[in-house]
Amino acid sequence: MMRRARSVAIGVAIGIVVFALLPFAGITIPAIFDGPLNAPGTLNLLGLCFVFGALALTYDLVFGYVGLLSFGHALYFATGVYVTAIALTRWHWSLPAALALTAVVSLVLPLVLGAICLRMRDIPFAMVTLAFAQAGSILVMQNPFGLTGGEEGLALGGDTLPAALVGVANTRNVYWIALLLLIVVYAVAWRAVNSPPGRVWQAIRENERRVGVLGLNPYLYKLGAFVLSAFLASATGVVYLLLQGGANPQVSTAEFTLALLVMVVLGGVGTLWGAVLGGILYEYLDFRLIALANTAALKDLPGVLRLPLSEPLFLLGVLFIVLVLFVPGGLGGALQRRMGAAFRPSS
Amino acid sequence: MNPAAPLLELRDLHVYLAESHILQGVSFAVRRGGITGLLGRNGVGKTTTLRGVLGLVPRTGAVLLEGRETSALAVHEVVRLGVGYVPEDRDVFGGLTVTENLALAERAGSEHRYDLVYELFPELKQRGAQKAGTLSGGQQQMVALARALLNADNRILLVDEPTKGLAPLVVRHVVDALQRAAEVTTILLVEQNLSVAHKLVHDVVVLDQGRVSFTGTVDELMGDPALARRHLGLAAVGSH
Amino acid sequence: MTTIALLLVTGLGLGALYFLIAAGLSLIWGLMRVLNFAHGAFFTVAAYAGWSAAKLAGGADPSLRWLIGVVVAIAVGGLFATLTEVVLIRPLYARHVGQVLVTVGLALATISLVQGGFGSDPQRLALPAWMTNTTSMLGANVPNTRLLVIVVAALVFALLLFFLRRTRFGLIVRAGVENRAMVQALGIDVQRAFTLVFAIGGMAAGLAGMLGATYYGTVDPLRGTSMLIFAFIVVIIGGLGSVTGSAVAAIVVGVVQQFLNFYGAAGVGDFSVVLLLAIVLLVRPGGFAGSSA
Repeated sequence: MMRRARSVAIGVAIGIVVFALLPFAGITIPAIFDGPLNAPGTLNLLGLCFVFGALALTYDLVFGYVGLLSFGHALYFATGVYVTAIALTRWHWSLPAALALTAVVSLVLPLVLGAICLRMRDIPFAMVTLAFAQAGSILVMQNPFGLTGGEEGLALGGDTLPAALVGVANTRNVYWIALLLLIVVYAVAWRAVNSPPGRVWQAIRENERRVGVLGLNPYLYKLGAFVLSAFLASATGVVYLLLQGGANPQVSTAEFTLALLVMVVLGGVGTLWGAVLGGILYEYLDFRLIALANTAALKDLPGVLRLPLSEPLFLLGVLFIVLVLFVPGGLGGALQRRMGAAFRPSS
Repeated sequence: MNPAAPLLELRDLHVYLAESHILQGVSFAVRRGGITGLLGRNGVGKTTTLRGVLGLVPRTGAVLLEGRETSALAVHEVVRLGVGYVPEDRDVFGGLTVTENLALAERAGSEHRYDLVYELFPELKQRGAQKAGTLSGGQQQMVALARALLNADNRILLVDEPTKGLAPLVVRHVVDALQRAAEVTTILLVEQNLSVAHKLVHDVVVLDQGRVSFTGTVDELMGDPALARRHLGLAAVGSH
Repeated sequence: MTTIALLLVTGLGLGALYFLIAAGLSLIWGLMRVLNFAHGAFFTVAAYAGWSAAKLAGGADPSLRWLIGVVVAIAVGGLFATLTEVVLIRPLYARHVGQVLVTVGLALATISLVQGGFGSDPQRLALPAWMTNTTSMLGANVPNTRLLVIVVAALVFALLLFFLRRTRFGLIVRAGVENRAMVQALGIDVQRAFTLVFAIGGMAAGLAGMLGATYYGTVDPLRGTSMLIFAFIVVIIGGLGSVTGSAVAAIVVGVVQQFLNFYGAAGVGDFSVVLLLAIVLLVRPGGFAGSSA
């Protein structure tokens, strides 16, 4: 067991170093990426993958570990994106000030909403979270006081951010921030899940009544998990804003939360790295499938085949269905079982 | 078909609920005709046994109805073999009228004994259009019993504590109804009220800690105070 | 006064659409405890099927073309729903979260296909002249499409009530919503009721899809999802498993939404409906257990 933990740790450390050094690598991997690894386009895509990996992780905390089926997680991601964007572009605050405001909102909002939503359980809980997220989405679209930019979103002008974060040449800086985000979010999540409260979360997922019988208040633990995951999701939203250079109302929609659900189930519910994998895979596929669809290979296919294959959400939806029907643990779960069998000492 | 063969037989029935091993290998047989009592202290697994027979709870072991294995059958398939069920909480459909509750219980292919039902429970005919949820406990019990009695091809009725929470007058009515029912069908009766049980049943099966602790006739059990106390607790001594 | 009359009719029209979607959702939830996200997909696919059929009917009388569209939409909705229940829902019996997830996946996949195939932009539905005209009512000129939608939904409501109150299957559904286990203990195979309820829900959603296209004048791949969320709200406010409850809640939600969107600002109505949901959920004792089963 110890040996396995050591080898995993070493593997992870190597992986981090490799990714950190990517902006200096002029290698090209054909088909996987359009252009060399250190090209701004590739770095941007990788950065987005890291963001989605981290975001999927935050959702896995609340859905996979505590067992709360929240359909409104996108709301907190959108909070990170929009509060920062508004503070920067509409009120012309400095970046640190904008981040401070976002941090505060990202603690207060899930605290209030979570306190209300968690009065219900299971499907009713899911519906209220969805309803609140929908309300948030409507709010964004309606562009109150001209703040959110409505359907057009908000673009971060060149003068709103520190120079080091602006411009194509500095993509690598934002890329590093994204990598750092993933590492930090993972570390926090890992720490949380393996702590005493984390074990209570998992106990709640298994049998909430028993937790109550043990003298613990499940409501408080659920609320804690809810707020923590929302706060982290908001952080990923901020980095997303930096990578995209602007805010886009798409991130507040119900479809987006459902996409999060797909990511986590894809990667494996209840395994941290599985969720990261799911997020990374999802974003990568979302990006590349559109490009792939237009390549010569697919252009020759009859329309009936080409259409489904060029719609990333279709493929993901189908994959999702297949996973739920046949592989309840997702990719991560399946891999875990295989690997676990290999590493478990024979008894 | 051997008339002496048991109508219902349980072999080594195990039921796990949550993390408790509620039934730990229950085996007994119910002979055709009359009322067999399933007795025992509170929480010992009597209701679970009835539910296990129907398949309402996951179980291992064998359940044979007239020699036929039913473990692979779904609940509704077991019921269609001719099993009537009167659950502990009556479980009448509150939003449906009395008549609708009875109509729902009608099984295709069987004769429906409305004459018997309305003879035993004339109130049900009067209150036909009343919503079952507005009935008193005793009236709901009558609906639950009527449902089970309705289908003439019910070979056995599983009746769970029909007198629970009822006034003495209503209890008498239920006892009469069950005695009448026993003339036309076999009954496996779970009952906490020992004086009622003594009046109604002939054979008894006693459960204790998830297993059968005694089988015999009710007279053997009740006639011997020491035996009764051992299997049923202090409540067995003296009238209920 | 004319404004109020117009708002009222428009609100009722919107409520009518919500009801058609919510009724099916409510029964599916009440009987099967399945939260059917694919309902929005039924709506959308059926709408496009009806729209395509109406276009294909070429030179026929516009009213006839519309009617063909409606029939096709209902059929497609019912068929799609039945297939969904048999292929996706049934294998996941007792895995409630799995059932929800599978409907989510289906919704995502289907709607993206529709978007890919027909484009993301709304497309006009050709309507017969009498529908695009207005009728003078309560001092206002009310678009006939609104009236049509209201009348049809009222008819469906009556049909559903008839089915529930006067047929054996309806009896089984009503009992099953209350206590599924006991229905099985009476020797009734609830599985067939599941499929039937899904089919009915699908047909109603299909009808709603075509009527929605009539109401708005266009087919739109995203409309199904946004209507679905409001339909869910209607189901919860109206009480799970209750068709009458859905009808009443649909009217309330539709009218409130219209009035507040007009007298407040755009979006205030939608927002308030969501708030209404939160209030109902908090106030009702024990959430909305509806029935135990």
